[in-house]
Amino acid sequence: MNIPIYLDNNATTPMDPRVLEAMLPYFNEKFGNAASRNHPFGWVAEEGVDYAREQVAKLIGATEKEIIFTSGATESDNLAIKGVFEMYKEKGNHIITAVTEHKAVLDACKHVEKLGGRVTYLPVKEDGLVDLEVLEAAMTSETILVSIMYGNNEIGVIQPVKEIAAIAHKYGALFMTDATQAVGKIPVNVIADGIDLLALSAHKMYGPKGVGALYVRRKGPRVKVTAQMDGGGHERGMRSGTLNVPGIVGLGKACELAGLEMESEAIRLSALRDKLEKALTVLEESYVNGNVEHRLPHVANISFKYVEGEGLMMAMKDLAVSSGSACTSASLEPSYVLKSLGLSDDLAHSSIRFGLGRFTTEEEVDYAVEVTKTAVTNLRNMSPLWEMFKEGIDLDSIEWAEH
Amino acid sequence: MAYSDKVIDHYTNPRNVGTLDKSSHKVGTGLVGAPECGDVMRLQIQVDDNNIITDAKFKTFGCGSAIASSSLATEWLKGKSVDDAMKIDNMDIVEELALPPVKIHCSVLAEDAIKAAINDFRVKNGMEPIALEKSHH
Repeated sequence: MNIPIYLDNNATTPMDPRVLEAMLPYFNEKFGNAASRNHPFGWVAEEGVDYAREQVAKLIGATEKEIIFTSGATESDNLAIKGVFEMYKEKGNHIITAVTEHKAVLDACKHVEKLGGRVTYLPVKEDGLVDLEVLEAAMTSETILVSIMYGNNEIGVIQPVKEIAAIAHKYGALFMTDATQAVGKIPVNVIADGIDLLALSAHKMYGPKGVGALYVRRKGPRVKVTAQMDGGGHERGMRSGTLNVPGIVGLGKACELAGLEMESEAIRLSALRDKLEKALTVLEESYVNGNVEHRLPHVANISFKYVEGEGLMMAMKDLAVSSGSACTSASLEPSYVLKSLGLSDDLAHSSIRFGLGRFTTEEEVDYAVEVTKTAVTNLRNMSPLWEMFKEGIDLDSIEWAEH
Repeated sequence: MAYSDKVIDHYTNPRNVGTLDKSSHKVGTGLVGAPECGDVMRLQIQVDDNNIITDAKFKTFGCGSAIASSSLATEWLKGKSVDDAMKIDNMDIVEELALPPVKIHCSVLAEDAIKAAINDFRVKNGMEPIALEKSHH
């Protein structure tokens, strides 16, 4: 067992050695520009890209012409949202998304607002799921796009994507999903789910950083997005720029491996996740955040009341995890995702996200449980809030001096 | 962000964690911060008849820098007169612990906790609380 233990697989994943192996030739002997049509160097690179396009398409039930390679999910989200708005703004100017979306979606929507678009940010229920009735009530004849993520990066909840897509289509809007955390972890099928645009990233599924894709539906309906990067007209004019051939080959390989292994991996990881969660919620005043039924197999987000997340992580220095605590960000604001579940700020400050992955072992999970339990216990012994709680003092009755 | 060695030392081996009898008139208690903000410090001092702080204890809910700031404060308080304790400035804590700018509020909180504990002691013993300037950060 190597210390520190990596349990932050929602932030990024280590690359699978098989992915690296597939990529290596494309850095030197197959270095060609995939857009060079007139010599073998270009053809070989293009072959690699074409094969990767098939591998990516296959994983999500798409066809290869529907895959646009990008630099990652942030770019895919931006291209989808801004690109749809620019393409369809004559039809309507309204976009619907949710407050728990990734910043790449939220900030792209804010940008659209500056361009004259109108955006509805749906609240979520206490379990993190979008309320379908609230969504339907927000739909108007002006709505051109509904963008709701597949699986949440902080709490792992899986949105009812199929139902959301059906509502969007009923009102003539397109449905886009940021599936960065879901693709490669659970089955995602653009046909079965009714997805028109989908963003994905390689480095969340054991591929390289700096490469991702946007799925853009070609049939029923044929979806178009206005390019956000102008240049040589690559990727059917939707995303110019010389293709990142090694990265794309790596993304393709990562998708192929995920397709082969995710079913058994999900069973193994959800068993480990459940083990971890069960062992940690034995601790008094610890709570699992988000819906526990509809969620990704590898994520556990737990609040340990009366201890502060960053202080806790410091005591868990053998574990690489993340926290919804304010102190981990420069903004000093606790996680907006946890707050939108209705969690009080102090519980949001007390949360730890454990993200298991392909290379996580049971021994590591057992060790993580022990480290976490000890850390929580020690910090509670040092916490004035815990002492008050134990004395039966209602913390809400105290007039705190907010600073 | 990387912590300084001194923060890690105080965090790993916090000095003077504990509770003094808050009902004693020899003990001053300061409770500052708020759970919603992610930091709460409780700092207590025990004062003898010569106005010397003979003991200091803390409990803190907060990040590593907040815990280290309060631990350091208790260390500095012990043996000081109440008047000298009043002069502890948050920037001394920042300097000693090499806190980065984003953690300066932890030191401000520690200074506030010291002053709140002293004022609690003063009021308990029939003295006027010292008017506090607004924190300078």
